[in-house]
Amino acid sequence: MTLIRIFQWLLLVSLCTAATLVNAAAVASDDPLNSAAALLKSSSFKDKSKAVDLLSAHAGEQAGVVLEAFLDNRLYTAKADKRLVIADSRGEAYAVTDALTNEDLGRTAKNSLKIITLNNSLRRQIREALALSDLRHPDADRRLAAVNQLLDRPAAEHAKLLQPLLEQERDARVRDAMQIVTALGALTSDDVRQRLSAIETLEGNVHPAVRNGLAKLQRNAQDPEVLKKIGKVLESIESKLQIYRFIENMFFGLSLGSVLVLAAIGLAITFGVMGVINMAHGELIMIGAYTTYVIQLLLPDNIGASVLIAVPAAFVVSGLVGIAIERGVIRFLYGRSLETLLATFGISLILQQTVRSIFSPLNRSVETPAWMSGSWEINSALSLTLNRLYIIVFALLVFAALYLVLKKTSLGLQVRAVSQNRAMARAMGVRSEWVDAMTFGLGSGIAGVAGVALSQLTNVGPNLGQSYIIDSFMVVVFGGVGNLWGTLVSGMTLGVANKFMEPWSGAVLAKILVLVFIILFIQKRPRGLFPQKGRAAEG
Amino acid sequence: MRLFNPLKQDRGGQLFLATLVLAMLLVPMLNLMLPESSPFHISTYTITLLGKYLAFALLAIAVDLAWGYLGILSLGHGAFFALGGYAMGMYLMRQIGERGVYGNPLLPDFMVFLNWDSLPWFWYGFDMFWFALLMVMLAPGVLAFVFGWLAFRSRVTGVYLSIITQALTYALMLAFFRNEMGFGGNNGLTDFKDILGFNLQDDTTRIALFVATALMLAVGYIVCRAIVASRLGRVAVAIRDAEDRTRFVGYRVEYVKLAIFTFSAVLAGIAGALYVPQVGIINPGEFSPLNSIEIVIWVAVGGRATLYGAAAGAIMVNYGKSYFTAALPEVWLFALGALFVLVTLFLPKGVIGLLKRRRAES
Repeated sequence: MTLIRIFQWLLLVSLCTAATLVNAAAVASDDPLNSAAALLKSSSFKDKSKAVDLLSAHAGEQAGVVLEAFLDNRLYTAKADKRLVIADSRGEAYAVTDALTNEDLGRTAKNSLKIITLNNSLRRQIREALALSDLRHPDADRRLAAVNQLLDRPAAEHAKLLQPLLEQERDARVRDAMQIVTALGALTSDDVRQRLSAIETLEGNVHPAVRNGLAKLQRNAQDPEVLKKIGKVLESIESKLQIYRFIENMFFGLSLGSVLVLAAIGLAITFGVMGVINMAHGELIMIGAYTTYVIQLLLPDNIGASVLIAVPAAFVVSGLVGIAIERGVIRFLYGRSLETLLATFGISLILQQTVRSIFSPLNRSVETPAWMSGSWEINSALSLTLNRLYIIVFALLVFAALYLVLKKTSLGLQVRAVSQNRAMARAMGVRSEWVDAMTFGLGSGIAGVAGVALSQLTNVGPNLGQSYIIDSFMVVVFGGVGNLWGTLVSGMTLGVANKFMEPWSGAVLAKILVLVFIILFIQKRPRGLFPQKGRAAEG
Repeated sequence: MRLFNPLKQDRGGQLFLATLVLAMLLVPMLNLMLPESSPFHISTYTITLLGKYLAFALLAIAVDLAWGYLGILSLGHGAFFALGGYAMGMYLMRQIGERGVYGNPLLPDFMVFLNWDSLPWFWYGFDMFWFALLMVMLAPGVLAFVFGWLAFRSRVTGVYLSIITQALTYALMLAFFRNEMGFGGNNGLTDFKDILGFNLQDDTTRIALFVATALMLAVGYIVCRAIVASRLGRVAVAIRDAEDRTRFVGYRVEYVKLAIFTFSAVLAGIAGALYVPQVGIINPGEFSPLNSIEIVIWVAVGGRATLYGAAAGAIMVNYGKSYFTAALPEVWLFALGALFVLVTLFLPKGVIGLLKRRRAES
């Protein structure tokens, strides 16, 4: 009998325990979400902040969804049943889902919803909470982004938080970033040795947070050893930054130089090799840019391909216009260079007005394809924009192609022959008129190709060419007429010089100074950096 | 009068000067004496327009002296013109005094606007007319002298010279567009009130300005003609036709070039100073390379190395410009562009050359 009773007791107790256990489990999973939901509906920001803390501590998948929706202003309460919902605008109506259960609640009108407002400090709190939950994300890139976000607002708590994660982390990049965060946290620790080792870890890191953290410590620290070490590390960081700044300036300078080389290299052929002053050269560049624009209009779904198609197309269009100019006007004026200058200037006016009449005087913008936009981030202090990088590569390719054409093909041989001694070349059976037309077409076509590149950097308008003509002439004259290498060197030099002067003189003054420098330089060396040698030079 | 001797054989010049004197007498008379209803009445607006053309004609003569007789195709004469204009503009600006929008007795409006509290040093003296006149000639003259001294001594010639003169005016344009330069930046100098105490809006002031411009054009023509007929002018022509030979014969080519180039720049500056009070504004746009190259086409249209042809070309092209930009603005650039091409291809000696050939044939 007693045995049965004891058994009954045991059964009862175990059942009760089981029931409490089940109950406790239910409270643990539901309560934070539910109580957070209740707090979110409150009008006080303090309550909302508590709710965010609850949600981030809970760190369940649904909590993350709610927080993201809150941050994006997509979190509402339904006016009818006071339920917490996430709503997405679908035209007039809103598609609504329950924020806690993800249950689809159909559509509803906007006025039946009440948005849950948030302020800036809440936003920051949510972002940090989300970043913390991202720290455990399976995707390494997400983890890295989360750590980097912590870097932007360094705090001692972050270091504690990361410590356990750091041991599990396998991805080297994320590990490095995490180590920096923990080191930044350790900077404020009381233990001098910990501080010193933290400073050591940070040596050579160029992230702005590191520099700020160290500078702050430098102001507050008393320990002479720490101070000395910080001074040294800061110095090394500073010199590293200086190198990066130099590289960045160099890069911008080279990209500007590439633009100048591209614009001038066609001129180097028509002016340098043929001796023709083509004031319409800028307009041939403009025609190339407009060709890009038209091709994009024809292929609106294929921006990436349209730029590639535009390169040969612009070469052909500008080349044909150039040949027309040569056959129609310039060939009557050989040997009268000043008259050629005037006539081609007239042509440039006509071309400008033609474009203005066809495409309107307004600027047109050409879209940059996806593979050309964005930038290549080398580290937090140095990132190179891709379109400028491509321009540099493109300019070098065009230069190489042109160089090969002039040196390795029979056309190039004939061009050089005619430019050196026309009469002799004719006597050897070179059709000099044909060569003239082809050379001019080649130079003009290159101008068109330059236009494609320029359309990726600036707006395309009827005055596009005018702004480059003087620069182009300066590049050719500075480099030495009739010398392709000279054009390359002078274009790059002028570009780099311009960019290095800009920080202390301003863009316009830098340009003026470069112009004045060239004017003075030509007085000293009238034939440019690399003068042409030989009999032809005396002409 | 040795100055007038060269005119004895100069039939075109005689005709040109006679027309000019006639205009000087007739135009004011037709404006003042005839009622406005009369078909022969010339409105004040037209007089100002004519005055503007005559200032351009003087500029064209200056360019023709350098290009036609010395062979220097300057694509930067617009810069000398604009510098002269700015010097005059600064005088007119100082004359505004307290009548500006901000009512500052010393500082022009744009300086008050930029929060400057004192006059920059290079604005001193411009409240005196004689000083302004001196600067009208000195500013372009010194620039041309320094530029020419550097360029001619290192024997920069032909196309290279043309291109660096263009770069010069381009650089000046960029510089004058900057507000920090102290010349009014983008907007330039404008809102002038009076000159030598006479209201610029008055009919009589405008007539006086027209007569002064015509007089200056006549003087400029006579002096240029005298230079061309002098020994200096003959050496200049020799340089134009065979620079090396002239040098080998023993002439200091660079000094001849420097003298004529500088004089031409001064003349261009005077033209600018006459232009500004009539149009009432001077801004950095005057420095634009397009303006300078337009001057060259005036000379080419009229016929270079004739002086009076250049003046006639300036008046003809500018009349065309006024007509087209009002009636058919779209067409003007086409017309100007075609003018460049056609004149260089078919009229290498300009309209005057065409007339001379007609006469020779008949």
